[in-house]
Amino acid sequence: MGFEKFGRKSFTSATKIAKFVDFLNEGKIMGTLCKKCGARYFPPRADCANCFSSDMDWFEMPKKGKLETFTVAYYAPYGFEMDCPYGMGVVDYGNNLKLFARISKGLKLEELKNDMEVTVKPVRYEDGQIAFEITKE
Amino acid sequence: MPKDVAVIGVGQSYFVRGYEGSIRELAFEAYREAAQDAGITSKDVDASIICSAPEYDKQRSPAGVIAEYLGLIPQPTMYVETVCSSSTTGVRIAYGLIKSGLHDIVAVIGFQKMSEITSAESQERMGRGADIQWESPFGTMMPAYYALYAQAYMAKNGLTLDDLMQVRIKSATYGQINERAVYRRPVTPEDFDPNNPNAKLAQIVSWPLRVGDACANADGSSCVILASAEKAKAISKKPVWILGIGAASESVNMASRPDFSKGLRVAYIAAQKAYKMAGITPKDVKVAEVHDCFTIAEIMAYEALGFAPPGEGKQLIRERATYKEGPIPVNVDGGLLSKGHPIGATGGSQIRTIVLQLRGEAGAMQVPGEPDIGLVHNIGGVGLYGNVIIFGR
Repeated sequence: MGFEKFGRKSFTSATKIAKFVDFLNEGKIMGTLCKKCGARYFPPRADCANCFSSDMDWFEMPKKGKLETFTVAYYAPYGFEMDCPYGMGVVDYGNNLKLFARISKGLKLEELKNDMEVTVKPVRYEDGQIAFEITKE
Repeated sequence: MPKDVAVIGVGQSYFVRGYEGSIRELAFEAYREAAQDAGITSKDVDASIICSAPEYDKQRSPAGVIAEYLGLIPQPTMYVETVCSSSTTGVRIAYGLIKSGLHDIVAVIGFQKMSEITSAESQERMGRGADIQWESPFGTMMPAYYALYAQAYMAKNGLTLDDLMQVRIKSATYGQINERAVYRRPVTPEDFDPNNPNAKLAQIVSWPLRVGDACANADGSSCVILASAEKAKAISKKPVWILGIGAASESVNMASRPDFSKGLRVAYIAAQKAYKMAGITPKDVKVAEVHDCFTIAEIMAYEALGFAPPGEGKQLIRERATYKEGPIPVNVDGGLLSKGHPIGATGGSQIRTIVLQLRGEAGAMQVPGEPDIGLVHNIGGVGLYGNVIIFGR
């Protein structure tokens, strides 16, 4: 499976880290770790900008993080109107590791608080697309 | 304080919805005004830099087409793009070309014709100015990204929706007196009343940002003509010097951004570089143009530029300090919010405003006290690129 399956609508088909989608199908959200210098990346990267190595390992993202910031879009760009309104946010795991994603429909705007504990899980759409989203548990 | 490169001519088209002409004709309007302002002809221009955000253009590689229409061939021309900060980046390149001695006079022309596509299409295309591999697949757009900054900033610093509304009211105050602005209407608190069904500005685009917190799309063009010290002194009666020029870039992905409650890092870095080069402090700035693509962006800019301490940007709008009569007037031409934001033209238009202010030629918008130092803060994408330029007489 290629990267065109990632997200509500993908704009990228070929990437060296397309295996991310296979992991997502297995229920795992993975970043990459440089074997040479130990730099950790999320979103995952095929190449290390720190030491120029392309020898990377996969690592699983932490289970729990804190919601750093969030928004709820009541207006969508072309091609995403069917999902409106939808939330988006940034999760901070500490140690310079963060993640940007949509917020689960099950989490209402009124429930969202800065620094609340959240987790991130894969989500499948009816058309076969797969992504990850921020949820409470 | 270096005085090596000067602005000798500025021009701007009317910013409008639905410009009735082509991009080359739009660019001509700003260029002609700037060339006449400088008192030169196209033969005097050694090179041109054409700036826009290519998402909106049907024309590929617009530099050649526009340079030809403006009479700027066979001189070198090139296309420069950093989304919303394209034309200040063009000025940065021009500065380098002149300072290096390669050219004496360079014209920087910014343009954008946004009205040929719908607002939803525009949001999708501008959203692709962000990370298309990891973020656009979620349905991101500019208002949602700035909303992420707004939410975190407001929660931490006690900035309110009313404060944001006051930024919009200020910009509308000056949009009314700027005949080149696209949004000429006044804005009142009633326009932001969520209980008023006719209050369009109160509608939420991406929480916490409302329609009224967002700038106006527009078609428009701008032109800045720059010259070496020798040429500027020979040609221009009122050269305005570039005293400091700073720039920075940032991670495209939100996952790699520092603390959202602190605003845009590019603006802090670019400002520090510009202040250091100019050898001045924020207190020396008498008039500023900041990139208020959203109301929150103006508040964050106050802090990045050192006009207010971290977290205290709200005080400037509450105390009306950034109105024309205040200690640090900001966006007294209506800003992006009311003057309009034709992406590639915006930076050049900001520079035009500052140059007119420093020359004392800003008309109804003129800041009192004969300002001698002005600043332009122009941001590309969601703080992806940042340019801060300091000008002086």
